[in-house]
Amino acid sequence: MSEDLFKVTIDNITIDVPPGTTILQAARKIGGDVTPPAMCYYSKLKDSGGKCRTCLVEVSKGSEKDPRPMPKLVASCRTTVMDGMEVKNITSPKAMEARKGVVEFLLINHPLDCPICDQAGECDLQDLSYGHGNEGSRFEFQKRVFEKHDLGPYIQLHMTRCILCYRCVFVADQLTEKRQHGILDRGERAEIATYISKSLEHDFIGNVIDVCPVGALTDKTFRFKNRVWFTKPVDAHRDCDKCAGLVRLWLRGDEVFRVTVRRDEWGEVINTPEGKPAWICNECRFEKKKESDWIIEGPTHINRHSVIAQGHYEGLKMPNEFLPEVIGKKPRLFLNIHDVSEVNRPGIDLSLIEGPATSDDFENPKND
Amino acid sequence: MEALTKNVMEVDRRPMNFWEKIYLPAILKGMTITFRHMFKKKPTVQYPEKTRYFSPVFRGMHILNRDEEGRERCTACGLCAVACPAEAITMEAAERKPDEAHLYREEKYAARYEINMLRCIFCGLCEEACPKDAIYLSQTVTPADYARKNFIYTKNDLLIPDPVKDPEGFAKAKGIHQ
Repeated sequence: MSEDLFKVTIDNITIDVPPGTTILQAARKIGGDVTPPAMCYYSKLKDSGGKCRTCLVEVSKGSEKDPRPMPKLVASCRTTVMDGMEVKNITSPKAMEARKGVVEFLLINHPLDCPICDQAGECDLQDLSYGHGNEGSRFEFQKRVFEKHDLGPYIQLHMTRCILCYRCVFVADQLTEKRQHGILDRGERAEIATYISKSLEHDFIGNVIDVCPVGALTDKTFRFKNRVWFTKPVDAHRDCDKCAGLVRLWLRGDEVFRVTVRRDEWGEVINTPEGKPAWICNECRFEKKKESDWIIEGPTHINRHSVIAQGHYEGLKMPNEFLPEVIGKKPRLFLNIHDVSEVNRPGIDLSLIEGPATSDDFENPKND
Repeated sequence: MEALTKNVMEVDRRPMNFWEKIYLPAILKGMTITFRHMFKKKPTVQYPEKTRYFSPVFRGMHILNRDEEGRERCTACGLCAVACPAEAITMEAAERKPDEAHLYREEKYAARYEINMLRCIFCGLCEEACPKDAIYLSQTVTPADYARKNFIYTKNDLLIPDPVKDPEGFAKAKGIHQ
């Protein structure tokens, strides 16, 4: 071990990390189950973290010099490691119990409208509550309600779903020059809002959609168009003078339903080859909704435990159809589903409708 | 050669004797079996005047449920479609307009909802997956048809009658599936 590295043990796994590393970052270096979940911490946003308390861990030995345990559970995203520190995450019943409590608190005011929410399927809060939460809620009172705020033509705000992680505020602060939205009011009434209902106009403001761990900020151009797990994620890029242009397209057939940043295994935006976070601009995100705008690199790797992995194949090789070779023509279809079915009709591009489709789009289709 | 199963009977290939050649005893034997069956309980029923009892857990044709005010319960969340092992269910969602609040229960609804009955295997997983109590497998059998295209059931075919406008039809549909 070199002199300037700290030895830290997390769940009996020892790793050497440079001083100033937080426990969460050290645990992410180990990876796997020992990594505490994080809802508000985002390694690419300065000052994020310390708000949601889902990453609580038990420090059973402070350091080599002062081996006393820390009296209370600590937020691992904000606590830096000391030499010889011993941390318990999944081996600590205290931390697991505390995390259950935190999940219950986060869900107190969450409306649980997952069947409607566009984030369902890639929602951090869904994963967290399934992985660490209790089975039911004991909250039997009225959940909070808010006045509706319009955040412009591209971003949809559902304040009831917000868990006040402040990630979007940090994005607006650090990526754009002028922040037009922030958290107003205090306590239970705290909410994300824009000052005097200004619409947010900046080239990179769309990234608040990707940093939002829940469905509070969603893409209005994708709103209600399809479920996340029925669209196929592929990595793609284009030459963009504003951003790196490294994106993930969510396709159905050859329709581009949604454009997002590429995420790494922690759900955070990846780095460009130059080492900067690959945030994408609004033009790439909201306006390039044609397959011809993009150069597709190949299907995204999806963890097979994710619902998005259903029907998603990487490295697929289609088997050779031998029947047309044997009979010398294509076999006759008994029923072409598009002759009968109203759903997924070729020629109707849901992805090109601005905003969510309404009954007008379905009753009088323009491009039928 | 060793027999494949133990239920093998050796065929008698000896030439028939006189009694067997006149056939009458064999015919009489067959007729007694037929005659005996006339006094046995009949396994069939006089359909459609009489119908058989369906168990409460019978999984028949799907219906899309409405709430007590007659609004559609389905919000097109896609869980039935993702649970469907036969991939029979497809849908397209739309946002409810302010003047359509009496038609749809939630902000989002299924503008189009189709079940391909040629694919459906009546496993009931859609019913289990539904978080909104919107889809049920009723205790009616799916009617037969001559053309494949008539087996693509749209939302109009599947929706239960409105309990406000058509209470009788609703009660009948409810009575069948409950």
